[in-house]
Amino acid sequence: MRAADVRGQLERLGGAVTSQVWRLGFASRFLLYLVLHSGTALRRFRLTVAEIYFAGVLSLVIILVSGLFVGMVLGLQGYETLQRFGASESLGVLVALSLVRELGPVVAGLLFASRAGSAITAEIGLMKATEQLSAMEMMAVDPVARVVAPRFWGGVLSLPLLAALFSAMGIFGGYLVGVQLIGVDAGAFWSQMQASVDVRNDILNGVYKSIVFGIAVTWIAVFEGYDAVPTAEGVSRATTRTVVTSSLAILALDFVLTALMFTGGNGQ
Amino acid sequence: MQQSPIVEIQNVSFGYDAQHPVLRDIDLAIERGAVVGVMGQSGCGKTTLLRVIMGAAAPTRGAARVLGAVTSALDRDGLYAMRRKMGMLFQFGALFTDMSVYENVAFPLREHAALPGELLHDLVMMKLQAVGLRGAAHLMPAELSGGMARRVALARSIALDPELILYDEPFTGLDPISFGVIARLIRELNDLLGATSIIVTHDVQEALGVVDYVYFMAAGRVIAKGTPDEIRASREPFVNQFVNGKSEGPVPFHYPAPDYAADLELAVAS
Repeated sequence: MRAADVRGQLERLGGAVTSQVWRLGFASRFLLYLVLHSGTALRRFRLTVAEIYFAGVLSLVIILVSGLFVGMVLGLQGYETLQRFGASESLGVLVALSLVRELGPVVAGLLFASRAGSAITAEIGLMKATEQLSAMEMMAVDPVARVVAPRFWGGVLSLPLLAALFSAMGIFGGYLVGVQLIGVDAGAFWSQMQASVDVRNDILNGVYKSIVFGIAVTWIAVFEGYDAVPTAEGVSRATTRTVVTSSLAILALDFVLTALMFTGGNGQ
Repeated sequence: MQQSPIVEIQNVSFGYDAQHPVLRDIDLAIERGAVVGVMGQSGCGKTTLLRVIMGAAAPTRGAARVLGAVTSALDRDGLYAMRRKMGMLFQFGALFTDMSVYENVAFPLREHAALPGELLHDLVMMKLQAVGLRGAAHLMPAELSGGMARRVALARSIALDPELILYDEPFTGLDPISFGVIARLIRELNDLLGATSIIVTHDVQEALGVVDYVYFMAAGRVIAKGTPDEIRASREPFVNQFVNGKSEGPVPFHYPAPDYAADLELAVAS
């Protein structure tokens, strides 16, 4: 009796794992198909530009405001800690490194997942539920090429730019609080930042992170939308899955990328 | 010379899994120029038959020959080439909600033909004029009534002058006036374009007024076929129940259930 229970539970666990692995395989094949059928999105680039507008430009407000506040908080917290060691002139370095290495890509990625990723999933899911994708198929137009690929590339191109703007706005926020409000020396703030932030090790690595996050978030968003159960409940579940999965993916990938980039032998 | 049928379904069976066949041994041939109805209860397999005709579902047995090609033998490009000669009206229109009426009708033309702007404009306006909605070109789908949305979808499905037009439940949820308009348009557009139309519907009485020939389906089989007059006069019990909308007949009113008295605990225990 007990053995049968254990066996049943093991079977359920095995079934759940198998179905997740199967779904990951399906998502990977979907990504491959999507990339191979991106000709339309790149040839008729205005389709992708329209999606850059929806995913990127319309996310600007939340990205810029969040960046400003995160930078301001960093300025306050950083000054508080640094001045204990008499190193308050290093505030600029602290703010800039925190933003370009970590907070810019990660927080912009998380905000992008909830603002644009969820919208992409909901839109594609609803198009599926209202047979718009089937209608396209019937008109001999591949919905992956016409609907999914422009959204994918729009998202992939938007996130690195949004992350860069987030970091720039954050540095400005740190400057406002640190220099204008608290009175850290402006020359020290900027010159130490200039001297200590390395283009390749810090800025470029941050950009690489945001590119990887952009691919991950948008891939998850378009796949969840395309794979959504075509009902109101199905689309709602898919949208939730997009935000949860892509947030976890960003944090997990961030750890892996940070481990690869900033440990051992690169002088950091 | 006798032309071959535009759609020829030969001994087709189909099921999403082996235990539950949705279509069983279907045989039908649709001649060019005809408006043909495929009728039957919800769940009898008629939409699946439509999916087989459009090549979205491959028969598990038999063959579907559509526009001269066996659908299951076509690859993706071949299937798309075939679909360019077909139009399809979905149950609720399936208009692209982020595009205006004009852009919806222009969509298939933009995707498949590199037309100069003025020619594209003229073609779109001609299609909208045919369904009486030229004046609604600037509206968004959310601003349309159900009947208007269906007419816009009809204009979009005939944008590429198809040889074969498929209608999936075109009358569902329409008021009587819109109903009459759609029915008239289906007939007129079919005859004007020299196309062939297949209407899948359970709105029997209205559809019988439009079609030339009817296939009647139940439980995945064709159980009756004939002209509308022959169907109306049919003595086949299911067709008779369906055409006359009777609540009792071969299709019972009650879903199978255990004994009523036992369910209410009225049976005296002995």
